[in-house]
Amino acid sequence: MSAGLTPLQARNLIALMNQLVPGDELSPAAGDSGGADYVNGLLTAFDFDPPHIWAGGPFSGRHGGAASFENWIALAPWELVAWRSRIEDLNAQYHTGLDSLGAEFAEMPADAQTEAVAAASDGFRELVFTHACEALYGDPVYGGNRKMSGWLAIDYRGDSQPSGYSDQEVSAP
Amino acid sequence: MMHGAVDGVDADAIIIGSGPGGAAVAHALTQAGWSVILLEKGQNHLLSLQAPFAPLGHFSNDEIKFTQRHFLGPDPLLEPRTFRRSSEDGDRILTGEVNNLPSTLGGGGVHADGKLPRFREIDFQLLSELGPVEGADIADWPLSYADLEPYYAEAEKLVGVAGEETNPFAAWRSGPFPMPPGVDMFGAQISSAAAERAGLHPYRAPTGVNSVEYQGRPACNNCGFCAFYGCPIEAKGDPVSMLRAALATGRCQIIPLAYATEITTDPAKNRATGVRYLDLSAAPTAQGEAPVRELRSHHLVLAGGAFETPRLLLRNELGNSSGRVGQHLMFHFQTLVVGAVRERLWGASRGRSVTHLHDDHIDGDQASRAAAHAAGLPWIRGGIVEHGSSTGPVNEALLQGAGAHHPLAMRNSELRERLWVFTMQGEDLSQRTNRVDLDPTVRDAWGLAAGRVTYQPHQHELVTSNHVAPILEGVMRDSGAVWTAASTSPPVGDHAGTSPLGLAPATYHIMGTAKMGFDPLNSVVDPTGRLWDLPNVIIADSSVFPTSAGYGPTLTLVALATRAARLLTGNPLAQSQPT
Repeated sequence: MSAGLTPLQARNLIALMNQLVPGDELSPAAGDSGGADYVNGLLTAFDFDPPHIWAGGPFSGRHGGAASFENWIALAPWELVAWRSRIEDLNAQYHTGLDSLGAEFAEMPADAQTEAVAAASDGFRELVFTHACEALYGDPVYGGNRKMSGWLAIDYRGDSQPSGYSDQEVSAP
Repeated sequence: MMHGAVDGVDADAIIIGSGPGGAAVAHALTQAGWSVILLEKGQNHLLSLQAPFAPLGHFSNDEIKFTQRHFLGPDPLLEPRTFRRSSEDGDRILTGEVNNLPSTLGGGGVHADGKLPRFREIDFQLLSELGPVEGADIADWPLSYADLEPYYAEAEKLVGVAGEETNPFAAWRSGPFPMPPGVDMFGAQISSAAAERAGLHPYRAPTGVNSVEYQGRPACNNCGFCAFYGCPIEAKGDPVSMLRAALATGRCQIIPLAYATEITTDPAKNRATGVRYLDLSAAPTAQGEAPVRELRSHHLVLAGGAFETPRLLLRNELGNSSGRVGQHLMFHFQTLVVGAVRERLWGASRGRSVTHLHDDHIDGDQASRAAAHAAGLPWIRGGIVEHGSSTGPVNEALLQGAGAHHPLAMRNSELRERLWVFTMQGEDLSQRTNRVDLDPTVRDAWGLAAGRVTYQPHQHELVTSNHVAPILEGVMRDSGAVWTAASTSPPVGDHAGTSPLGLAPATYHIMGTAKMGFDPLNSVVDPTGRLWDLPNVIIADSSVFPTSAGYGPTLTLVALATRAARLLTGNPLAQSQPT
């Protein structure tokens, strides 16, 4: 089984994530904010060396310092074993789960989508919800949270190093 | 060549585990001129092992890496652990993450937010002072607070602890804190004022986070990623300061990705001669195994923590003539009171996770004594209450759940930016039946029996929690909370199975699985930390604690480890006096 999502699977995953973590007039939905890119990044992590599992550090560059999150950190040999296994399993879960929704899921009317989501397995729904949350509110380097739209909607700065916060900002906001 | 290599060994001492205990021993032994090899099962994300031992730059403000992707280990796919409440649960009810203290160079020190209180005089003499409790094993420690005070003082200097002497319940000190306290979090100012109105005595928490530049490491810049994160700027001193100092002597060799599996001994099993370890830095063999290496030393130090140390001893069938290895397992029984206030507190995104504590529920008062007696207990003791908050938005989103409410709930942020939390680290009474042992069938990736926790709280913990929780809820409401909720970890009662913190204790405070005592018949190590059965083996982690006290264990285990190492090298600290 190939790693990663087909364009059709990605489109259906976006729709599913939008159902689970929807947006409104002020907040983006998880799928629309790069949710499928986040998942695809994880499913294809081993296309890169080092694998795109753990972003680098210490700074993103958004608040000073040299941007280094894209210097992905190498995994030790047995960590590679674990993550290969985990990602192989995730690929299988996504392929099976998305196929179970039906190829036309993204095109279905909202009510039909809701029914299809309810019919999906608890495990798959929980997996996609978890990844939707990670995508929308994790660092953009992982593929989601497009243009920091997830963080902006909740007035969250994200990482703050190396500037951090002043004593005044901590004690009397 | 290492110093010890001249007489047929690889080093004077081999230390297993690089957390606060192992690091403290590495520091003390190398300062005394000994050579040490420090084995760490996990990966090194902490510092270069070449001079000048600079930070590797792997730590960052990254919620995904630290909380969702097992960055600090252990990876439950490689190292599953199991849990059950009692044998009535069968062999286990949970397999995966149980008390997963980081498995990485620096151990639990890396992810801790560094609250480093001392125990008090009474904590070392609980049996003498308060007497026994039915169904529990209340014990005096084989040393007093006065015996340990000089080592507490040294530990605070080594790690770099910021604090102030305003806690009316604190034990005496021989000198001031090395640094003044850092800045108060906004939420802690509010909750501390409310606690004072309730007659409690909050104070600024002793914290191993720099408030000013200290020994070449910078002051904390309040980035907000403290609890559960490695510090990108090294404002947290535990245990990087001790490891770097040990490396700088030239007498400390650190080997990451070295999983100690076997203690080698002389034929009579009276002395340890070294260790065998799996070299996890090598790619798996064609048979899917890790190469085995062997090292020899005059002394061996076990510092893998109160979960891994008994697991190693039990697997090797060593040190257990008392039958107590793995038994008397203690956590802190956590009482969690949460509340959401109207304004943003910024507690989740700015500052050091927790800046204030209060100790009032440890000794208790007339009402707590009445609660104890009403339950048929001679006494109850709680623990420190942490005033704080530290949740990232990914973890808040997971708690908020799926559905149309999600975007507004996240903007309102009642479970993060408007949330405040009191966490009482309640004293957990020692019970012989609570234990770490070897799971009968679950194996790790290398075929070794997984560690299994069997644990359920004593009635004491439940009565204490039930007494204190309403007090904390009152303080939370007086802090302006629009709602409050109380829970415990481990969860108890009919809804235990739905706790977001899981069925197993969520605390990382774990103690007591190789207890220290005067009598080899009922303890595992002697009063200096040596195994009764193998006197050239020292345990330098919180397994040796005879009781749990109501304070975080780290500073005490560092002090004990330092004392054990200094006694070993014939270099003890002089007795101290109150200032």
